Amino acid sequence: MTDGADMESDLRQRVREAHRAREPLRIAGGASKDFYGRAVEGAPLDISAHRGVLRYDPAELVLSARAGTRIDEIETLLGEHRQMLGFEPPRFSGGATIGGALSAGLAGPRRPYAGAVRDFVLGVKILSGKGEVMRFGGEVIKNVAGFDLARLMTGALGTLGVLLEVSLRVIPRPQAERTLLLEQPNAAEAVACFNRLAARPLPLSAAAWHDGAARIRLSASEAGVAHAAAAIGGETDNSAGENFWRQLRDHELPFFTERRKLWRLALPPAAELPACAARAPQWIDWGGAQRWLAGDLDRDALCAAAAERGGHVTCFRHFDPRGEVFQPLAPAARALHLRLKRAFDPAGILNPGRLYAGV
Amino acid sequence: MNHPHHISRGALARRFRKFLPRESVIDRPDSLRAYECDGLSAYREAPLLVALPETPEQVRRALRLCGELGVPVVSRGAGTGLSGGALPHPRGVVLSVAKMNAVLEIDAANRTARVQPGVRNLAVSEAARDLNLFYAPDPSSQIACTIGGNIAENAGGVHCLKYGLTVHNVVAAKVATIDGGLLALGGAPDAPGLDLLALLIGSEGMLGVVVEATLKLLPRPESERVLLGAFDSVERAADAVAAIIAAGIIPAGIEMMDNPAILAAEDFIQAGYPRDAAAILLCEVDGIEADVAAQTAAVEKIFAQHGATETRIARDERERALFWSGRKGALPAVGRISPDYYCIDGSIPRRQIGRVLAGISRLAGEAGLRIANVFHAGDGNLHPLILYDAGTPGELEKTEALGAKILELCIAAGGTITGEHGVGVEKIGGMCTQFSDAELAQFHAVREAFDPSRLLNPGKAIPTLARCAEHNAMHVHRGQLRFPELERM
Repeated sequence: MTDGADMESDLRQRVREAHRAREPLRIAGGASKDFYGRAVEGAPLDISAHRGVLRYDPAELVLSARAGTRIDEIETLLGEHRQMLGFEPPRFSGGATIGGALSAGLAGPRRPYAGAVRDFVLGVKILSGKGEVMRFGGEVIKNVAGFDLARLMTGALGTLGVLLEVSLRVIPRPQAERTLLLEQPNAAEAVACFNRLAARPLPLSAAAWHDGAARIRLSASEAGVAHAAAAIGGETDNSAGENFWRQLRDHELPFFTERRKLWRLALPPAAELPACAARAPQWIDWGGAQRWLAGDLDRDALCAAAAERGGHVTCFRHFDPRGEVFQPLAPAARALHLRLKRAFDPAGILNPGRLYAGV
Repeated sequence: MNHPHHISRGALARRFRKFLPRESVIDRPDSLRAYECDGLSAYREAPLLVALPETPEQVRRALRLCGELGVPVVSRGAGTGLSGGALPHPRGVVLSVAKMNAVLEIDAANRTARVQPGVRNLAVSEAARDLNLFYAPDPSSQIACTIGGNIAENAGGVHCLKYGLTVHNVVAAKVATIDGGLLALGGAPDAPGLDLLALLIGSEGMLGVVVEATLKLLPRPESERVLLGAFDSVERAADAVAAIIAAGIIPAGIEMMDNPAILAAEDFIQAGYPRDAAAILLCEVDGIEADVAAQTAAVEKIFAQHGATETRIARDERERALFWSGRKGALPAVGRISPDYYCIDGSIPRRQIGRVLAGISRLAGEAGLRIANVFHAGDGNLHPLILYDAGTPGELEKTEALGAKILELCIAAGGTITGEHGVGVEKIGGMCTQFSDAELAQFHAVREAFDPSRLLNPGKAIPTLARCAEHNAMHVHRGQLRFPELERM
């Protein structure tokens, strides 16, 4: 489909050797998300040369690509057929690969309305920690044969397998999109408004708030967007448009580029902001379900408050990568993580410790 | 599986009655009969006993006890599954969650429903109706089937192309493990660490027992419209489906029926389907009124461009229900023209539909059996219904052999042996064809991370490598594929 190169046998050989030697590997794609997760000590295993779209049939809504294929390349191809990736994966510094997008499991502003990364995963081909090539899932929309190990790879940060190929469900590009700008000085009011709107049959595709301004994106037919815009009110944000959502997705807005601690607080969308974070500068995305906080905060207090609300905290950027950066797991869940790690990677060589110490 | 000792029915019942009310432990052989099978009634087995816990704590105690005694556990919702996933183990306990049937909370602000596992699928949407919200997955058994069973099977339904499967609509779950522990999986919008919730969904009761689930509720669409298109070939109908999707329209549902299915439905339901059509499509579009109007016009045009011999648009709610009635009643209708039928659940890339249906027709001819096809056309999930008579000696075996061949055809077409019904006990042989030894070994390793003694639903979903060696040897040595009475693990 697109130019590429098949590096599978080289990669398999490399993992087999590492397994035999019990030599840790640090899996790398486009290096766009090196900051994310914990530090890994290991020899680099570069998958970025294993690239190319393998199959894409727009009428099937399915695309399969080698893991090292750049997201930009995939989006360009999809765009030619007026389709796209529903989870709007962030690129950050630009070289992001589809394998990295799945491994990190990070999604853009469309996520609460279109779905999470794993919701679009249909199948994967992986190398286990023993260097075995395995396929799970497939290229069909509905498939319940065997455990869903394809979705389990999503967000696992390469700790369970080296992604070789991924098959994704894609979605049609909406005919029309419009961003509405509503003045709203109060963050809690903005969140309440986003949730009221989400309970109505409106074609929302993003809802974010920062510094007195709420922005709502609508995606539908021309007539549908006009109808929804009239129902919601506010003014059309002509200056921002798609560029704004791209900058929010890739953390290019000034709030995100300052060199200070950046926290990701994931909460049920209507949850109240914990009191311990009340004074922190914040960006609200995902209609309230993803809140970015900046600066020095009490991690333990924030984690406890998030857990109480059914959410969790990630130390996203500018933290010590040798410490824990993800919300601590309950003892039973932690023990299960360790057992699953061993089930896929008995020698502990794949991105060891990227997710949690020992995983 | 070998366990050091086998406990007697009476002794086990006494242990269960220490923490469950007398009537919640069923051990009389005549009462156990009701639990002998699920929706796949060709397979039957009486369990040692049935336990009906009423609280998560009782589920945990039941699992801990079975874990200590080495007694297999088969969890069960409403028993409507079609793959024998809830078939009892002869030395095991059936753990029915039927009594845990409370909707615990409807959270209007976050648009979620917190429910117990025995809640019926349709009851969730009913509980959210006042808020104009609904729970999207709608398997055809939704009046009876439970959320616990839906999670175990990753149940689908007519609307999954647009609204997703169970895995897309569950926010979180609390799961009891075989050691009596409790895991809280998932969360809104996501959870730290590995995505264990996604792993749980569709795991066929082999990793744990769901004791509570939080489900996503969606706003009811403002408007819905259904079109019926008749075609003189299955290929033309399939091309029309591809054209709809290529035009950027994701219908809420798009279903195909072939001529034998149309005739069966018409004979008993009189939905007004054209009896001479080779295939009909039922296409439902929903959303805001402006989009629905535009999409209805677009679908009508695409039907015409692909040679539809007739297109009807339901004028009102009554007619919409009538259009759907024939499709929804297709299985019972087929049940009335044949003493028995066997529902296959293969899933294929949609572009293969013409080739696969031709192959199915050829295989059916060779086997001397009739087939009616209903098809979730939007997502490639095919349900051939093989008509047979279990009263005729050898016909069930012939039917199962035909089913297995159809599934091999689906795999060869780039598809899978099960789109939404699960592997259960029924398609365990097909797993050997679809997966390599390394992949099957990986499934077992994952299972053992949750359940090291392999007591949860043993013999289902994931075949042992020894069993596959036997299965695959049969394939090589016999022209005619058959499933003899293999022992279940």
